[in-house]
Amino acid sequence: MSKLLEIEKLSISFSQYFKGLEQRELKVLSDLTMDVDDHEILAVLGSSGSGKSLLAHAILGILPSNAKVSGSIRYKGKEMDDELKEELRGNKISFIPQSVNNLNPLMKVKEQAIGYIKDEKDKEKIIKKQREIFNQYNLSEEVDEMYPFQLSGGMARKVLISTALLNDPEIIIADEPTPGLDEEAVKETINNLVELKEKGIGMILITHDINTAIETSDRIAILYLGYVIEITDTKNFSGEGEKLLHPYTRSLYRALPETYFELTEGHQPSYQNIPKGCPYHENCSRQIRECHYELPELREVNGTIIRCFNPLGEGD
Amino acid sequence: MNNRTKKFIRNKAIHFILLMLAVAIFSFILLELSPIDPVNAYLKQAVISPEQRLILEQYWGVNQPLTTKIWGWLSNLLQGNLGNSLIYRVPVIDVIYERFMASFVLMALSWVISGIIGFGLGIVAGKNKGGWIDKLVKLYCYVLQSAPSFWIGLVILIIFSVELGWFPIGMSVAIGTLSSDATIWQWLARLVLPTLTLSLVGVAPIAMYTRNELVNVLSSDYILFARARGESGWPLIERQALRNTLLPALTLQFQNFAELFGGAVLVEQVFSYPGIGQTAVAAGLQSDVTLLLGIVLISAVFVFVGNTLADVMYYFVDPRIRENESFDKN
Ligand SMILES: Nc1ncnc2c1ncn2[C@@H]1O[C@H](COP(=O)(O)OP(=O)(O)OP(=O)(O)O)[C@@H](O)[C@H]1O
Ligand code: SF4
Ligand SMILES: [Mg+2]
Repeated sequence: MSKLLEIEKLSISFSQYFKGLEQRELKVLSDLTMDVDDHEILAVLGSSGSGKSLLAHAILGILPSNAKVSGSIRYKGKEMDDELKEELRGNKISFIPQSVNNLNPLMKVKEQAIGYIKDEKDKEKIIKKQREIFNQYNLSEEVDEMYPFQLSGGMARKVLISTALLNDPEIIIADEPTPGLDEEAVKETINNLVELKEKGIGMILITHDINTAIETSDRIAILYLGYVIEITDTKNFSGEGEKLLHPYTRSLYRALPETYFELTEGHQPSYQNIPKGCPYHENCSRQIRECHYELPELREVNGTIIRCFNPLGEGD
Repeated sequence: MNNRTKKFIRNKAIHFILLMLAVAIFSFILLELSPIDPVNAYLKQAVISPEQRLILEQYWGVNQPLTTKIWGWLSNLLQGNLGNSLIYRVPVIDVIYERFMASFVLMALSWVISGIIGFGLGIVAGKNKGGWIDKLVKLYCYVLQSAPSFWIGLVILIIFSVELGWFPIGMSVAIGTLSSDATIWQWLARLVLPTLTLSLVGVAPIAMYTRNELVNVLSSDYILFARARGESGWPLIERQALRNTLLPALTLQFQNFAELFGGAVLVEQVFSYPGIGQTAVAAGLQSDVTLLLGIVLISAVFVFVGNTLADVMYYFVDPRIRENESFDKN
């Protein structure tokens, strides 16, 4: 195992006009640190709007031009500047996007799958490979000539996964690959992803569905209001969740119907007003004095990375 | 031919018939209500006796009830008879044919030139959104869109004919003579400035629209994905955005037939270009009712054709709509 991708203290913000002329920084990702190995799936779990897609776009270097970015992203130990990002995307790093809307509505599936071919000589080879991959996913030759709107949700999903494989990637970033699919297709997609991992690919799997995260990943990073609050082994999401240390993570797990179905009170504050101190303190039952005015740093406790002053223990 | 095409043609045919009927009746009534008196128009203030006037009034059916007049005009129309022109003294259809051909060449040239240049400028501006070239194109579009086309025509006339002296100023053919005796070169020389004017004016809407359309396309999810796969620069635009921008731009350009026609009327006037627009003005000024009605009808046909072509673009070229049909059939 070796570190494929290391992200350190990554922050993303947008300037926004607020109430007319007052300009404010909208922080969508704050101080994010995580890494991915080969043969590993790291799930990034967060609710809608928690900055998951922007994380993916930041790694690929395709953020909108008004985004402010700080921090560092390294590929195999090398700092990823714009040039390296451009070289890696669509090459060593593949992206599986969120929806069919990511396919050009006026272009036939095959045209899109093979991508832009700089050298006409390679075309035949690439088309052959595309056919092989499509066969692997049971996409018939008819699909080649279809337009995206003619694909079912499951087919579109497979097309998107296929496109990611065409360039033999080392890293795949998958943004919500399962929503909108029936149970059968979800299972199939998850199997496909796990297969890829077993072949050696390192994957960041972005999802807001805790079950998908548990079924596919090796480790799970939990986002809350743009902060990573815990990165823990997926196997800790088991039993009564006693190995989950952060209060938010444990309440997430215990809210599952299969466990305690314990629904917590209170709701997530909005992005416009991320609270001072620990972002979770308004809903936390274990808060202590510091939580209100100081931001807990990420630290390691028993092999788990956590952002909390007063983590839970196994007995709690 | 599939069901969809049949249905399209049927609907369009019904549309066309109703439109022509409505235009024919309404323009006839409007002219009836106007103070134009065909007998006076014919006489041009010549003095005649009341008996002679009575004969002429009978000839034109001045004192018949409105319904009879409309009915007469419609039944003639159905037989392809548009009547005779008062000022040219030949069948209206002949005048329209020659003049419309001249206008058609002018409009077709301007349509193609403004379409190509406008689309090109729009693409360049949209690709460089916020850059100086984008600002320049936008400035051009705002200025041209807020200036009336006859004013642009005057400016061009002043520059090329008065200042530079490249083209003669008054190139008109006397009203009332058909200009078939002008040589092809004279005719071509006449064509240059009006075409230039109409093209300059026509560039603005299509460039602006293309630019905005491209900016939209470039912020779409599929462009994001294409970039995530390593596509960039001009090949990205060419592969992923050109088709998606061309389709709506072409549709708009066809819909612009009405404006093109309106622009041509004014520009022909400025340059004394012997087209349908200039003829319409002459017919109006000299109370040539039959000719005026004929011109109204032909312009309605022209605009209808433009809109129909836009619909064809929309329904039969876009695969999302086209292929849906083949799915319905299965
Ligand atoms: N160009 C932008 N300008 C300003 N704010 C933006 C921009 N793009 C995204 N945001 C904001 O950043 C936040 C995070 O967006 P992001 O798309 O990463 O969320 P997400 O976690 O992927 O959500 P989902 O689960 O719905 O896909 C959102 O609140 C969004 O409003
Ligand atoms: S830092 Fe404090 S408020 Fe935040 S989760 Fe830990 S205990 Fe709760
Ligand atoms: Mg997202």
